[in-house]
Amino acid sequence: MFVLVVGGGKVGYYLTKELIESGHEVALMEKERTRAGQIADEIGSVVIAQDGCEGKYLHEAGANRADIVAAVTGDDEDNLVICQMAKHHFDVPRTIARVNNPKNERLFRHLGVDEIISPTRMILGSIEQDIPVHELLHLAALGVGELEIIEAHLQPGSPAIGRVAMDLNVPQGCSLFGVIREGTPTPLRADTVLAEGDKVIAIGRPDCEVQLREQLIGRPDED
Amino acid sequence: MKAVVVGCGRVGAGVADELDRAGWQVLIIDLKSAAFDRLPASFTGTALRGDGTDEDVLRRAGAENADLFLALTEGDNRNIMAAQLGIEALGAGKTVAKVNDPVRAEAYAHLGIATLCRTNLMATQILGYAGQAVPPRPGIYVPENPHQHDTPVTAEPDATGLPGTPGNPGGVATPGIAGIAGIAGTPSAEA
Repeated sequence: MFVLVVGGGKVGYYLTKELIESGHEVALMEKERTRAGQIADEIGSVVIAQDGCEGKYLHEAGANRADIVAAVTGDDEDNLVICQMAKHHFDVPRTIARVNNPKNERLFRHLGVDEIISPTRMILGSIEQDIPVHELLHLAALGVGELEIIEAHLQPGSPAIGRVAMDLNVPQGCSLFGVIREGTPTPLRADTVLAEGDKVIAIGRPDCEVQLREQLIGRPDED
Repeated sequence: MKAVVVGCGRVGAGVADELDRAGWQVLIIDLKSAAFDRLPASFTGTALRGDGTDEDVLRRAGAENADLFLALTEGDNRNIMAAQLGIEALGAGKTVAKVNDPVRAEAYAHLGIATLCRTNLMATQILGYAGQAVPPRPGIYVPENPHQHDTPVTAEPDATGLPGTPGNPGGVATPGIAGIAGIAGTPSAEA
């Protein structure tokens, strides 16, 4: 497998090293000469000290026979262009882009990048999964931000456990519409009995949150 | 008529001023507020400091559905990305990206973006002035086809399922991005 890595930062450097160790053919493009020289001193002649955004240098680096192009520079716009050039100009079968602004993921996929890696999103996802014990999780804003989709994870101690949905005192301007139980989403009916571990999905205005938190999470001073 | 200009350099500021005088509604964006010194005091449009490749910034500034979208920053790739955001996410009409690398300028014209190549423009002018016979090198590559992207815009797993489902365990919010799916397939793709 011939992998062309573009961007010789930390990610590109370790990626190249690992790929070599697992026996792949690799070329690394890094436009900054000093950095390129540094890496070449450590891992040898696979480094090309040229800008991987330029068609001419991509060609020289062998982009037209690459199985994979991985664009891992620190700039989203560069990674997009590298992947698009690889895909449309050099017919590379598989392109991978690092994306810093998670909002660019959808655009990149839409524009034909095969795989998108977003460290920001990964860390964000991990943080949000760890924290929400006593918090509501904001999943998305609707419209111009007046409504939000909110998730409440029912932990031990939640006053909602064992109660039927219709008995909950849901604030005005807020609606509970679904529950995820053991990974399976189902609509929340009036007679659904809530259980520990349920994830209740609600839609509502931000000012409903205090009451919603009381009903589904419990008061913070209770633990 | 509405125009969005990303990059307030000499060309961006000059074009923005002309359009403003001609009665257009003009929004000009640059990363540095000092760049706006290039605009004349008479400029009545909106000058906004921000990143013109950030969809949120563009939306907040009201850059949707512009009749003319010009990406004129110093960075070829920033321009290419801003232009594609304009077309695919913001429903821009006529869109031009300044791309000084002739290879990229031609490649993106094939993908359906009008590109402006200063390298070609200047080289042609200089050689012409020097009395050399010049091979025809276009200054603006006008695309023959609508803008291409190669994934069908069908719903993605995390766009249909509930947020936080196994398909999207992080349940991370992606407001704003959905706009791309909403807009593709409308006349902007056929224009």
